[in-house]
Amino acid sequence: MTHTDLPDAEALLKTLAAQMRPHMTAQTALIGIVTGGAWLADRLHKELGLALPVGTLDISFYRDDFHSKGLKRKVAPSTIPFEVDGRELILVDDVLFTGRTIRAAMNELFDYGRPASIRLAALVDRGGRELPIAAQFVGATLTVPADASIDLEQAGGDKLRLVMQPIK
Amino acid sequence: MFLHKNPQLNKNGELHHLLSIEGLPADILRQILDTAESFVGVTQREVKKVPLLRGQAIFNLFFEPSTRTRTTFEIAAKRLSADVINLAINVSSQSKGESVLDTVANLAAMQADMFIVRHAQSGAPYLIARHVSPDIHVINAGDGRHAHPTQGLLDMFTVRRYKKDFTQLRVAIVGDVLHSRVARSQIHALTTLGVPELRVIGPKTLLPSHVEDLGVRVYHDMSKGLKDVDVIMMLRLQNERMQGAFLPSPQEFFKSYGLTAEKLALAKPDAIVLHPGPMNRGVEIDSSVADGKQSVILPQVTFGIAIRMAVMSILAGN
Repeated sequence: MTHTDLPDAEALLKTLAAQMRPHMTAQTALIGIVTGGAWLADRLHKELGLALPVGTLDISFYRDDFHSKGLKRKVAPSTIPFEVDGRELILVDDVLFTGRTIRAAMNELFDYGRPASIRLAALVDRGGRELPIAAQFVGATLTVPADASIDLEQAGGDKLRLVMQPIK
Repeated sequence: MFLHKNPQLNKNGELHHLLSIEGLPADILRQILDTAESFVGVTQREVKKVPLLRGQAIFNLFFEPSTRTRTTFEIAAKRLSADVINLAINVSSQSKGESVLDTVANLAAMQADMFIVRHAQSGAPYLIARHVSPDIHVINAGDGRHAHPTQGLLDMFTVRRYKKDFTQLRVAIVGDVLHSRVARSQIHALTTLGVPELRVIGPKTLLPSHVEDLGVRVYHDMSKGLKDVDVIMMLRLQNERMQGAFLPSPQEFFKSYGLTAEKLALAKPDAIVLHPGPMNRGVEIDSSVADGKQSVILPQVTFGIAIRMAVMSILAGN
């Protein structure tokens, strides 16, 4: 698969929003995982017109590979601008792969309180799960070579685009 | 070619020990400040803990008494889920004649991952850092007159929180610079982060000779030195210096160098006042200033925990 074969992120975003829309309630809040997931959560929030503000998580302090990789250079503050207790949370990430990021995000969320539920929305599911984690809302399922990473990037304004590059 | 090797950095140029701010590049200082910003958020949550250093053993080795610094390191380590062991060495091994390196070797044999060291002798943390195995990290929590890097960093964090841009600031450090490890760490940090005008204010007997070589302007008169500054960093006047040749009396010192509301009025109207604590009210600072609206002395204490969490987690990961 080359760059030009990658699906259009803007179209996937519309697909994802359409799947999510019937499930939104007054208690639903989106939480985007830094960085791609946070951009995506902002766009979905506008698209779905949710009342509760968007939260963001930087899961660096909860990673399971801290001992081998250390802390990344720039850790963004996590901000959850609402009470977590009793809320229906939707974690938003750009690409779902091993599931380890989602495990870390769920652990972090429970340090803010006890949500009523957590669901997962991903723009792309590329398979390769190493933990029993599944997304309830998925823009597209893609087969990506094992040595390639697929990421979301900003394409001017708040527009988003998918890119593929070799894993460093 | 001889390359100066900084004993604080590993072969990748990352921070392995924190012994002094002197010689650290600005991007490492900024990395610590940025990481601390994220830890401030953690300490405001319901669960003020993250699992980052779970299972790690951190030893507080205090060869010199301290309550506040030891406590903030202890809180920081606990909020990172590490196990903390506090040792006040002046009352145990040292009195039995054990050397510093023997003490450290014994603790390393108990599977220590990190040593937080305070010692009355300048350079003691360097000695320990040189002799521990490469997987152990050392943090200097104050050595003699030399350095107190985490205090310097928490002061930088506080300044950045209130003033944003270091490159626009006029900063004054006031008081007993001669005996102050805090002042040395502040001076190195402020110059590294690009503060264009740094002043030290104090009597000749309490300023080091050639202090100008560190890139500061020297003032002996508060009315000139405080004029239009953005940040005032007060230093603690240590009780043991109050008698003898250094000073006529605490009252005299207060008259000339104590920060009162009148003297503070010479600074910019939005100037902030810092003090590393514990304060001598009525000696280096008046209560009306210490408790006034320009004082950021209590936020300094809060930020000190986030800074120490940042330093510990960056070291542990490198």
